[in-house]
Amino acid sequence: MRSRADNDLVTPARTGGRLVALEIDGRPVAVPEGTSVIRAAAEAGIRVPKLCATDSLEPFGSCRLCIVEIEGQRGYPASCTTPVRDGMRVRTESAALARLRRGVMELYISDHPLDCLTCPANGNCELQDMAGAVGLREVRYRPSDENHLSASRDESNAYFTFDPSKCIVCSRCVRACDDVQGTFALTIDGRGFASVISPGQNGPFSASECVSCGACVHACPTATLTEKSVIELGQPEHSVVTTCGYCGVGCSFRAEMKGDLVVRMAPDPDGRANHGHSCVKGRFAWGYATHPDRVIHPMIRNSIDAPWRQVSWEEAIGFAADEFKRIQEKYGRGAVGGITSSRCTNEETFLVQKMVRAAFGNNNVDTCARVCHSPTGYGLKTAFGTSATTQDFDSVMASDIIMIIGANVTEGHPVFASQMKRRLRQGAKLIVADPRATEIVRMPHIEAAFHLQLRPGTNVALINALAHVIVAEGLVDEEFVAARCDPAEFATWKKFVSEERNSPELAEKITGVPAEKIRAAARLYANATNAAIYYGLGVTEHSQGSTMVLGIANLAMATGNIGRPGVGVNPLRGQNNVQGSCDMGSFPHEFSGYRHISDPVVRATFDAAWGVKVDSEPGLRIPNMFDAALDGSFRGLYVQGEDIAQSEPNAAHVSTALRAMECIVVQDLFRNETAKYAHVFLPGSSFLEKNGTFTNSERRISRVRKVMAPLGGKEDWEITCDLSTALGYPMKYSHPREIMDEIARLTPTFSGVSYEKLDRLGSVQWPCNADAPAGTPVMHTAKFIRGKGKFTITEYVPTEERINAQFPLILTTGRILTQYNVGTQTRRTPNAAMHSEDRLEIHPNDAELYGIRDGDLVCVQSRRGQTSLHALVTDRVQPGVVYTTFHHPESHTNELMTEHSDWATNCPEYKVTAVHVSPVSRGSQQDATAAGR
Amino acid sequence: MDIRNLIRMANDIGAYFAAYPNHDEAVAGIAAHLRNFWDPRMRRALIDYSNQEGGADLKPIVREAVLALAQQDRPAG
Repeated sequence: MRSRADNDLVTPARTGGRLVALEIDGRPVAVPEGTSVIRAAAEAGIRVPKLCATDSLEPFGSCRLCIVEIEGQRGYPASCTTPVRDGMRVRTESAALARLRRGVMELYISDHPLDCLTCPANGNCELQDMAGAVGLREVRYRPSDENHLSASRDESNAYFTFDPSKCIVCSRCVRACDDVQGTFALTIDGRGFASVISPGQNGPFSASECVSCGACVHACPTATLTEKSVIELGQPEHSVVTTCGYCGVGCSFRAEMKGDLVVRMAPDPDGRANHGHSCVKGRFAWGYATHPDRVIHPMIRNSIDAPWRQVSWEEAIGFAADEFKRIQEKYGRGAVGGITSSRCTNEETFLVQKMVRAAFGNNNVDTCARVCHSPTGYGLKTAFGTSATTQDFDSVMASDIIMIIGANVTEGHPVFASQMKRRLRQGAKLIVADPRATEIVRMPHIEAAFHLQLRPGTNVALINALAHVIVAEGLVDEEFVAARCDPAEFATWKKFVSEERNSPELAEKITGVPAEKIRAAARLYANATNAAIYYGLGVTEHSQGSTMVLGIANLAMATGNIGRPGVGVNPLRGQNNVQGSCDMGSFPHEFSGYRHISDPVVRATFDAAWGVKVDSEPGLRIPNMFDAALDGSFRGLYVQGEDIAQSEPNAAHVSTALRAMECIVVQDLFRNETAKYAHVFLPGSSFLEKNGTFTNSERRISRVRKVMAPLGGKEDWEITCDLSTALGYPMKYSHPREIMDEIARLTPTFSGVSYEKLDRLGSVQWPCNADAPAGTPVMHTAKFIRGKGKFTITEYVPTEERINAQFPLILTTGRILTQYNVGTQTRRTPNAAMHSEDRLEIHPNDAELYGIRDGDLVCVQSRRGQTSLHALVTDRVQPGVVYTTFHHPESHTNELMTEHSDWATNCPEYKVTAVHVSPVSRGSQQDATAAGR
Repeated sequence: MDIRNLIRMANDIGAYFAAYPNHDEAVAGIAAHLRNFWDPRMRRALIDYSNQEGGADLKPIVREAVLALAQQDRPAG
């Protein structure tokens, strides 16, 4: 059921066509060509009764409640499927229409339980509303006649119920699953009166292909599909628009509340990133915010081997500040630092880097984006002049060719993936470059034209071969290159990619992708009117992550696929605020807006604003901090919202480094793995408990609004202010809007951003300044931010991590839809049951070779560590490659990972680890099962 | 700082820039990268290694870059 606050305009908007003038109930109306009569009426404030239509779905014309009279036309056409015509005269109310509508409603109600007073949809039910609207006063059919009133309820989904006794078979749920989500899990089984909604093959929801996105629940006009939270708590009484705290899509939601209790999170139809859609995490998995594991009192201890002591905020902050000051006095100014998190708001990350630069007096600040998209920062800044996607999400609807490289969009960015799938079902062609057959390679109504199933670690060889074909076959957009790019750098690049070592034939030997397939994919990409590249961590988390980003930028520039809708280079960010945390100056070498700290002009503006002399030298990155901890030059760390002990590679090395530090301050929701090494624990606040902004993958800045008081008593930005003040650098803000005002004053790309504007426009995409006061959906339209686009040499350099007889398989990693990163949040929701363990995917050939059967417990050993996982034998992975997710700490996935990292940014090479696998003996397996593994 | 780790990281940077057709540009690129992205204690450790042990485990092009970096990083006066 949609929110009561939604203004449902009944059928989708039509845009771009000429205006059609008509008359409805005597009122003149003008709407774009193609608009339905019922939408034209709704836009004029005339409400025509309806049940099967809603503006997120194409009209269907089945309920017959929206019938109208049209002058000169026989009968009573459905206004939802009748398009407007010039001069049309429509009547929405008459005695005949009223009689017919009452007859329709009577039939619906004759097969509907009359339990409105105890129904969970009471007060927000379209069927109830329509019965009132048409003036239904009696039902002549007897309850003893054939009906569906005793149909049993399906409670199998963790978050919603399916009660077929309340179903009116309007098909909104089926169409939402098909058209909005693109999963096709629901169907209408049977015909006529016997029609029923069926998940999969008439089984329960939990056994169907349903991905629990909630689109069906959102579309249902009755209580047939209802959130369990609504059944338990009742209808909400107010709502607050906010932004999801999970992935980089940044969906807008209405937090629907009763007092300070969240009843449900309803996707916001006005949200410009999600257009009213959602996924299982954002829609349903918010219960972690009030989980009993939340730490809500500050704690300190003198040693990590001592028990925690609950203390006041004042004592905890004072203890932390004293320790940091003591460490700096003893070991030097550079002996402490801070880590910001991509889960935190822009305002929070801005304050952490400000505290490090102004109060600590160094640049030892880094963000967890270090371990995901730092190569994007380096690569796109180098090629284009700024570190961000070139497009907005809606751009995909203008793409003819979509190339996905190293991204599992349906699992990692499911709401954007639904939009992409819609475009693919409309006819756009798909190229997927991935070592694994991700879901989108072949799914209902979608099949990739090419799946370039390369070996992990060989991305750069592939991108160079694609470029080789484009140059060799004269497919370069010479006009674009001449006008927009540096000619000398292009000439050098052209010569480089033309060399024989970059040919598809030699790339085939490296990547395993047949040369002809590479050639065909290159032609398809280069010949498109609009071709777009989307990529994820399968590009960045490699020793050549930055090189690959540069290679992608080269390819887009060479084919002129930059600067207009439908094209571009689109990094898909993993966490909600990866883009924002990078924008805010969280890296140790740059200020907000990607300006190097060595730039004296920029530094002077910060010196003046902050009243300090900011250090001109770059600080330590996260992995450098661990190395410096082990050599004794780095002894204190403030970690806001990041679990470095679990998310960093080479876990044994990290653990030793953390143990070597004298003061670690963890600010988080839960006592995470890093807290085991901490001396101070400061209770953080969830996205529901604070004000701020997130910036999503498309550079869209959206408001995060507080809907409940922080359980620990303070919003995260307040804690940083208190700590900075205790360190001797007072920070005083009364609201995060003042922090954003400071960001805008100091950051040219944000100079037009304010909370007032965000409240007025809903969201804006940076750059947002005097040149673009309403923001910038597509960048680099007339010229690149850096001026001329920069082509760079991208030599393929194999990773040092090699397979051999001892470690013959390559382990690569990825995500699953229901879980989020290291699972701190999602494991504390019913999503945990949907993916209760990380499993090892292994090809049937390898499984046979190593004596592994599906479900066996398998020992996975690398050069750095070992763990055990249950096997999933599948041909999704290629022979020689095994795959797992990393959502459960007991999987110890990161203990396997090596020290290898991206050459430019030190982003860890999570995607390539040489391993050996062997079945754990049967006796040991039984022991493990008994022990709960 | 673990010098073995720093050597590996510096050689990785060198491997990228080594493909540049202009040698001087490649050397300057490595030095600039170290200057722009490495904390001073990391640079100092690498320069010390280069000075005291001849930078034996550094790729030749990286050795050149570290020499250039040492010139740039030399304290004024």
